[in-house]
Amino acid sequence: MFNKHAVLEKNSILMLIFVVITISIGGLVEIVPLFRMETTIEPVKGIRPYTPLELAGQNVYIREGCYGCHSQQIRALRDEVERYGHYSLAAESMYDHPFQWGSKRTGPDLARVGGKYSDEWHVRHMINPQALVPESIMPSYPHLSRRVLNLADIGDDLIALRAVGVPYSDEMINSATQDAYAQASQDSDYLDGLLERYGEKVIARNFDGETHTSEMDALVAYLQVLGTMAELQNYKHDGTKRGGQ
Amino acid sequence: MSKIEKDDHTGVETTGHEWDGIKELNNPAPRWWLGVFVITVIWSIGYWVVYPAWPTLSGDGERGGTTGNTGWTQYSQLAESQAEIMARRAAYLDRFDAATFEVIQADSGLYAFALAGGASAFKDNCATCHGTGGAGASGYPNLNDDDWLWGGTVGAIEETIKFGIRASHDETRFSEMPAFADIFAEDEISDIADYVLNFSANTGFPARGKTLYDEQCSLCHADNGTGDRFQGAPNLSDAIWFYGSKKGEIEAQIRKPKHGVMPYWNVRLSDSTIRQLAIYVHSLGGGETE
Repeated sequence: MFNKHAVLEKNSILMLIFVVITISIGGLVEIVPLFRMETTIEPVKGIRPYTPLELAGQNVYIREGCYGCHSQQIRALRDEVERYGHYSLAAESMYDHPFQWGSKRTGPDLARVGGKYSDEWHVRHMINPQALVPESIMPSYPHLSRRVLNLADIGDDLIALRAVGVPYSDEMINSATQDAYAQASQDSDYLDGLLERYGEKVIARNFDGETHTSEMDALVAYLQVLGTMAELQNYKHDGTKRGGQ
Repeated sequence: MSKIEKDDHTGVETTGHEWDGIKELNNPAPRWWLGVFVITVIWSIGYWVVYPAWPTLSGDGERGGTTGNTGWTQYSQLAESQAEIMARRAAYLDRFDAATFEVIQADSGLYAFALAGGASAFKDNCATCHGTGGAGASGYPNLNDDDWLWGGTVGAIEETIKFGIRASHDETRFSEMPAFADIFAEDEISDIADYVLNFSANTGFPARGKTLYDEQCSLCHADNGTGDRFQGAPNLSDAIWFYGSKKGEIEAQIRKPKHGVMPYWNVRLSDSTIRQLAIYVHSLGGGETE
């Protein structure tokens, strides 16, 4: 039996057929159940798509390579839960494209950093991390304050994300730029529209304290929402319960 | 092309592959290796039975798959390991939660428990702003001294940690100094800064700013500059400055004051942890008695 491989190796079509069969078995078993998302995503309330400003912040986060040192995934391990809070749920990253999980941390995990520090702290820390945390080895990102945020085509990002399943409505897409500016200012006339579309919990304020809407505004808005959407106080893990939200 | 032949030296058949006269023997994989491989495959069946393993189409069971006969999940494992720690803490925690600060302070075991828990939570959550040793930075109060903005008793510290300062919690401590840039002229701001500096350092600056100070500032910062903790108005009569001790820095703070924000920790940390933190911060040097 162990010497029969010669038959396969000498017939490329036969080999191809067997390769396809072998890979298909693995693929079917591993992937097909995941097509039914309700089998993988826990029922937890409160998760919404990112607002345009938060999304612009995520774009900055990805562009600057923050994921190289920071993960956004709290594992269900005692030490991690003690330090970072409730373990991450799949639902919490279901609108992340790409997801920001990770297995390597140089800096701390950021899955629940939202609300942990003040906006002003984030801004100062981004400009010069060592000024606040002397032992930190994080690089500084002072250019984020200076760079004006490009929001003209943030609506296109929403369209792209809708194509991969994030439930952005036409209304959200059409008012994306307006919503982004509304969230980055203290009292915008367009604030009501933003809250109507994304919920009352959305934090709208001048994140970096400067008059222009900078990349810093977007990044801080993004960081301040991380891990705060899920209503975890009502969440009880139940392995048998299914059904998305 | 290739020819399968018997190798004279070893008596094993060749594969028929040949490179520059070097021929490949068609030795089978070692039996022991094959044996181990088969055993691992059989061993895996045990895992399927005991642990969650196969995804199912129905989506029943843990994460939509077979559950395994032991019912093991990473969440039950987490709960067990947390219960283990809670059991160890319970030796102190029940007494700690029930005791007043005076009782805790008098009980060396409980006090050490509170300080250890507080120190650990401080490093995780507070050190990023207040510094590893609590020395603070410009805009982030030093917790080692006895200059408190909102009060230095354990109760006051606990409330500050719980609800934050200018945080998004409904019960947060809140006050904002008005911006005086449009109210005072520049020379008046300079006079007031001179007067304020006089409280702590006998600079000999003229007291021209006194009238304005008494009219506009003393309501919160008190006539002699000692401040008012009820509204978080800093003491101006000590030599401890929040945003800098230079006249220019004080003037800037009069023109358009910076308002620091401390987040609330009410939900993020348990009541017990917050109390341990309060006792730890209280112990750093400037703790006050009720």
